[in-house]
Amino acid sequence: MIPFQYVKPSKPKAAIDTVAKDQTAMFIAGGTNLVDLMKRDVLNPEKLVDINKLPLRKIERENGTVRIGALALNGAVAEDKLVLEKHPLLSQALNAGASAQLRNMATVGGNMMQRVRCPYYYDTAMPCNKREPGTGCSAIEGYNRMHAIFGHSDKCIAVNPSDMNVALVALDAVVLVSGPKGDRKIPFGEFHRLPGDTPHIHTNLQQGELIMAVDVPENPYTKNVHYLKVRDRNSYAFALVSVAAALDLDGSNIKSARLAMGGVAHKPWRLQEAEQFLAGKPANEATFRQAAEVAMRGAKAFEHNQFKLKLGPNTIVQALKNAAGAV
Amino acid sequence: MPQDKFPDQHLPEGEGGQAQHSDARRTFLKQSSLLTALALAPPAALKAAELKFEEKVAAVFEQVKVTLGINGKKQKLSIEPRTTLLDLLREQLHLTGTKKGCDYGQCGACTVHVDGQRVLSCLTLAAMADGKEITTIEGLANGDKLHPMQEAFIKHDGFQCGYCTPGQIMSAVACIKEGHADSDDEIREYMSGNICRCGAYPNIVNAIKEVKNGGHKV
Repeated sequence: MIPFQYVKPSKPKAAIDTVAKDQTAMFIAGGTNLVDLMKRDVLNPEKLVDINKLPLRKIERENGTVRIGALALNGAVAEDKLVLEKHPLLSQALNAGASAQLRNMATVGGNMMQRVRCPYYYDTAMPCNKREPGTGCSAIEGYNRMHAIFGHSDKCIAVNPSDMNVALVALDAVVLVSGPKGDRKIPFGEFHRLPGDTPHIHTNLQQGELIMAVDVPENPYTKNVHYLKVRDRNSYAFALVSVAAALDLDGSNIKSARLAMGGVAHKPWRLQEAEQFLAGKPANEATFRQAAEVAMRGAKAFEHNQFKLKLGPNTIVQALKNAAGAV
Repeated sequence: MPQDKFPDQHLPEGEGGQAQHSDARRTFLKQSSLLTALALAPPAALKAAELKFEEKVAAVFEQVKVTLGINGKKQKLSIEPRTTLLDLLREQLHLTGTKKGCDYGQCGACTVHVDGQRVLSCLTLAAMADGKEITTIEGLANGDKLHPMQEAFIKHDGFQCGYCTPGQIMSAVACIKEGHADSDDEIREYMSGNICRCGAYPNIVNAIKEVKNGGHKV
């Protein structure tokens, strides 16, 4: 870890201005990913702006949404009464992530900002277009078992590792951002990026922009929801494939659905075509199997992650069955 | 290094942030990384650089001042911003009960309580824990009387080599306090952040169950 300056402003504007005018500065909240990356010399900020004094921890109802402050802790959000009542899918996804200790440290904003967990990104001895643009992608011809099957490019095939993000993209969340040029709202699906030719650009946030909160609009998906995460061990591991499934049922018929996958792309992967397919159909395994086929269109695997082409649709079917309950 | 030598020049005006370091220091670091280049520079340029070098060398050792409650005792400390809470506990305060396993947030051996919540001290910058109350394994026992969880780990053979044990015990106490110890499955899920290479897991679960069911105050 290189030496760095440490500052702890008490107003958002001060934090934003500090990072906006200094390319070498970064915000730090929980630090569960950033400190890790700094220890490995993957990230070397020369100034850390600790945002923990900023008043961004509240979880409250606001104009038909549940507004979650960027500094709300993952563990606190997962167990929050309002979240459990209005967005149980988000609670399930958060509890599927990391460990109790990490959830007590990690914030909602930080979870969104976490970097890929591709081993080649972390290994400074290996080429990586994300870490050092132009050096090449070690994963394409390397050990790519954990990697993407959707939306990858010939520059990067890493996946977004977050569980929370999968639920938030399914629930049409909106990110509230404040920056040197003012405030803006970013639909959750547009916050993260596909790698394309610029995998070193991690999100669509600009330098100095700070996540203030996430709005999750109230919706009918309060009951028939399930977050299913498949991993190498039963707990405390990143997803091989995960699925966030939410159904609005009228008896045994699907009025509408929300569906997203994790562990398959550089961003949380919303499955809108499959959602449209599900709408108006009976909630049974045959429907779910067909929806999964729709969802998997265009998937392309690599040498070591071929299994995701089968695990993916199976996980979708199982998540939808679990969401539907005893239908 | 006096804290007031450099004003809050890197924070916008009117902002009362804690400015622990100065831009001058950073400039120095940039210069120091160019020492090889300087060695090849013309003598005049080198001399100018040296002057700045001496002026700012002390800034490198600038420290952040923090006040931490450590196992109930308030401590005023000077620390380098890079110091993790784990290294502060072990290297500066000689509280070596908290263990360094992976040092990357993957094993749970370094688990401590910060303001009553279990966290990983290896991923916590000590500077960010300013004003907080830290409890380590050394703070659990009451004098010579072990904490019920410590007793239960001994009784149930909740360890072999013992390296993960302080983290396991800190996590186990939190697991009960959080209300996540109602079944074997729940205990396993909420203890999954603590890895035990000896495989003492079944006995750890038994120890936690005993403390939970014994109604001990954790």
